[in-house]
Amino acid sequence: MEKFTQHSGLTLPMDRPNVDTDAIIPKQYLKSVKRAGFGPNLFDDWRYLDPGDPAIDNASRRPNPDFVLNQPQYDGASILIGRENFGCGSSREHAVWALTDYGIRAVIAPSFADIFFNNSFKNGLLPIVLSEDQVEQLFVEETATEVYQIAIDLAAQTVTTPAGASFSFEIDEFRKYRLLNGLDDIGLTLQHQDSVKTYEERRKAEAPWLFA
Amino acid sequence: MAGKTLYDKLWEMHVVRTEEDGSALLYIDRQLLHEVTSPQAFEGLRLAQRTPWRVDANLAVPDHNVPTTERELGIIDPVARTQVETLDQNADEFGITEFKMGDIRQGIVHVIGPEQGATLPGMTIVCGDSHTSTHGALGALAFGIGTSEVEHVLATQCLVQKKSKSMLVRINGSVGVGVTGKDIVLAVIGKIGTAGGTGYAIEFAGEAIEALSVEGRMTVCNMAIEAGARAGMVAVDQKTIDYVKDRPFAPTAAHWEQAVTAWQELHSDAGATFDTIVELNGADIAPQVTWGTSPEMVVAVSAAVPDPADETDEVKRNGMERALTYMGLEASASIDSIPVDKVFVGSCTNSRIEDLRAAAEVAKGRSKAESVKQVLIVPGSGLIKQQAEQEGLDKIFIEAGFEWRDPGCSMCLAMNADRLEPEERCASTSNRNFESRQGLNSRTHLVSPAMAVAAAVTGHFTDVRELMEGGV
Ligand code: SF4
Repeated sequence: MEKFTQHSGLTLPMDRPNVDTDAIIPKQYLKSVKRAGFGPNLFDDWRYLDPGDPAIDNASRRPNPDFVLNQPQYDGASILIGRENFGCGSSREHAVWALTDYGIRAVIAPSFADIFFNNSFKNGLLPIVLSEDQVEQLFVEETATEVYQIAIDLAAQTVTTPAGASFSFEIDEFRKYRLLNGLDDIGLTLQHQDSVKTYEERRKAEAPWLFA
Repeated sequence: MAGKTLYDKLWEMHVVRTEEDGSALLYIDRQLLHEVTSPQAFEGLRLAQRTPWRVDANLAVPDHNVPTTERELGIIDPVARTQVETLDQNADEFGITEFKMGDIRQGIVHVIGPEQGATLPGMTIVCGDSHTSTHGALGALAFGIGTSEVEHVLATQCLVQKKSKSMLVRINGSVGVGVTGKDIVLAVIGKIGTAGGTGYAIEFAGEAIEALSVEGRMTVCNMAIEAGARAGMVAVDQKTIDYVKDRPFAPTAAHWEQAVTAWQELHSDAGATFDTIVELNGADIAPQVTWGTSPEMVVAVSAAVPDPADETDEVKRNGMERALTYMGLEASASIDSIPVDKVFVGSCTNSRIEDLRAAAEVAKGRSKAESVKQVLIVPGSGLIKQQAEQEGLDKIFIEAGFEWRDPGCSMCLAMNADRLEPEERCASTSNRNFESRQGLNSRTHLVSPAMAVAAAVTGHFTDVRELMEGGV
């Protein structure tokens, strides 16, 4: 997994609550058996004027000029700012893969849906919870600024705006450690194989039907 | 000492070890797999040269992509076919039990788990699917995970988890005739909002929940995720135990009594404390219909579409306006004046035998309204289909002009050929009314099976209780 330490980048405003994973990556793209290549279809239904399908070449489609992703000032954006309950709905990790494949490294919102939040950490995408007021400030400043670039420091747990305002955010120690070091979760868990085996032996005695 | 909640008990039973920051390594008793969220997990396993920790803890079934008609032709869409074949190959390669497309036990993953007894009280159950919360209805801790976590469970039989806060949702008193588990859970979501349960595991309790069948409780827990909760659950009672008995994967003679004794502990103790308690009166809950593009946008069938002008929160008001435009609805229109184009009875929320019986009861002796283009009835599993046919339900549906299909997710998410055309309006028993969920620019209204059929036979949303009392 890619490490996350510090990151500065252009913001991409997604100004609506309850952005669901169906919207982030529509169902027809979930038929892929791969992890890569979802970026061109990130926010597909909003991004293009004509319907999309894995069989259709995206280059031949008409982009929706009103959608942020198609506006030139957001080219190369890597930090998405969203509203409450970002990533709700389906558990599809493809939503996170689409964001990272597009180049998004962090998402800032007042709240996230649980599974999306978890999935992000597994893919080096940092979800940051700030207060509604702080997020509102980012939206307001972003609208008023031509090139709005913010800086994230995971070790210090801060988000810094161009004007120098610094917001701190919370993160579980264990998740932070894994992101900072780009560690593979499975490898970490397998270091505790013996504990798992001990647990299984105990449960086999207590609840043998679970192992029958 | 304060008593423990059901969630505390299920959690503690499965902790393998605890990290310094309080996150725990949690043991998983059962993993359910389907074709959409598992291929990359198996691929990851192979690339790292790992093998499943406990093959017998996994059960696989294709459901999202399978056709619900003319199965003998196979899956025509080559991309979907590859995905189902990939699941078949992975299950074969690793020796995981799978109910393949031709197997009568095939069906929607959240329907077949309980149906087979692969879902048991007291288990931790995961699946790469958000509606895994369904299985909590049997007194289990069940939650949806992403593909990386699917791989993690395959490789280690564990997950790193942080304990959620606890919420008790109590439905006091009983609900009226014609009001179902679906209406209860929609009313709860309407009250607490789609983010109201974020960070929580919800236990549903109270007389109205106790009065529900285990299947009705599954409908309620299924949609806990739509309230943002990590899990939904209901305490074990005699109904749960009767439901589980004699199912293919359930404990048999030697272990049965021992299991039942253990399961009887699976309830919140008197004096257990919850972080949040939400109460609703069963008598206040009417049949529900969603009007917008989020399950929290829901009202009673007798009500009108809300007016965004009455909403003071700006972000919410904009969301409402956007939803009304998308749904092609006017503020203040009465719900029962809204005509439907198509009707879908199915999905892991409402495709079990009781759902089909409830649908058939309304359909009996009536027929599809002229203006309704299509009514799909999609059973949740091959065994449910067989049972319904033995009871003659299929004939009632066919006589009413409905289509009787093979089991799968179908028009719940429209990954197969069953879908809405742009701007078509559907009364659907599924769980999500998001933009384009049932097809590009489709318009979904979530309802119970009885309410869906009421719309199918009248052509517009109708309080099903009117059809039950006087006939048409
Ligand atoms: S029926 Fe719908 S919600 Fe349920 S598992 Fe299938 S796609 Fe998901």
